[in-house]
Amino acid sequence: MKLITVIAVFALFLAANCRGQERPYFVTYSHEMEEPDNLEIEFFNAIGKPQQGNRFIGSTVEFEYGATGWWTSELYLDGQMTLHDSTIFTGYRWENRFRPLLREHWINPVLYVEFENVRADKALREVVGHDGRFDFVDSNAEARKEKEREIEFKLILGSNYRGWNISENIIATKNFSNEPWEFGYAWAASRPLKLEASAHSCTFCGEKFQAGVEMYGGLGDRYSFGTHLTSHYLGPSINWTSPNGVTLSFSPQFGLNDYSIPRLYRLGIAYEFNQLWSRFRKGAR
Amino acid sequence: MCRLAFAVLVILVPASVVFGRAADGSWLKKVPQREHNKSSPYHDQPDAIAAGRRIFVDHCAQCHGENAEGTKKRPPLKTERVQQQATEGDLHWVLVNGNMRKGMPSWAKLPDQQLWQVITYLKSLHEQ
Repeated sequence: MKLITVIAVFALFLAANCRGQERPYFVTYSHEMEEPDNLEIEFFNAIGKPQQGNRFIGSTVEFEYGATGWWTSELYLDGQMTLHDSTIFTGYRWENRFRPLLREHWINPVLYVEFENVRADKALREVVGHDGRFDFVDSNAEARKEKEREIEFKLILGSNYRGWNISENIIATKNFSNEPWEFGYAWAASRPLKLEASAHSCTFCGEKFQAGVEMYGGLGDRYSFGTHLTSHYLGPSINWTSPNGVTLSFSPQFGLNDYSIPRLYRLGIAYEFNQLWSRFRKGAR
Repeated sequence: MCRLAFAVLVILVPASVVFGRAADGSWLKKVPQREHNKSSPYHDQPDAIAAGRRIFVDHCAQCHGENAEGTKKRPPLKTERVQQQATEGDLHWVLVNGNMRKGMPSWAKLPDQQLWQVITYLKSLHEQ
């Protein structure tokens, strides 16, 4: 956890000339890829308190690199802190996103593949299968006994229309142990508060804010597919990009049924480093 | 964990070198006629030029240079191709769609208004 904090603080105070144009989503992926050779470092927190459980903070540090215009790769390091319990490193994830259609269309598909190796995770990066509040009640010592080594696929669909971004994700996950395929969904929509840029630099003008709504939940597994006996969340979200390029995001999210944690608060901070490797290699115009 | 980080670097660094190629202007032939004929709603407006300059510095300058003069790896935007051959509609098309095989990303994430402001700024450069 200390390492995560150090990385986040380091990211905050490094040199400028970085600008993000982040969507205010915490779970949903849009079809927009990281720009080639840019590295974005993001730090996300999910804060919640399940009924009959202790309050927790699930944290993720994310390193997102644009390998090409159509390929983005990300490494996640996850940790969590549970009140009256312990603070632990919960594991890592490595994901790759590929954009098969190289031009912008009405609906733009992106294929997502992820390998994850986590235990006692509380970052809530997605909901699949029959995930619910009961998964957050066990002590960390107990929860760490179950190792989740999974491969996850997502079909990401995204559209941009008149300043709006609308994104939908369909999720399929397979644990390497003998467990059935699990499914989930996420969708979100957002828009900058102002579509035109202003002629003068500003800190709190509308173009610096993006606001939207996000919803996600489980769809059961191969043997019991559906929206019942799993959790679902819905909430508004907003982000603000500061003049030096740091993006702050916030979303209160509300559980929609008894399987969900009643309230989640999500906080995020992101920073982008432009043209990371370019300075080390030769090229021609 | 170290082995994983090393594997990530081994895969990603060569990939970015292989796929990060320079632009050659061939995209101009791919622009549909309807897009080619579009024009900026902010044509020559001083406020739009100033706003476009701000967007350019935020998102484009790291590749194309602070004043669109180009960098070692990416093309300048004061060339005849951009200033004379390409219409405002052509530039809008390449900003929306990118030229991903040549390293130019799609900027459809920016609202249309901001794309037109950048184009208005770019087209103002030939007068300087």
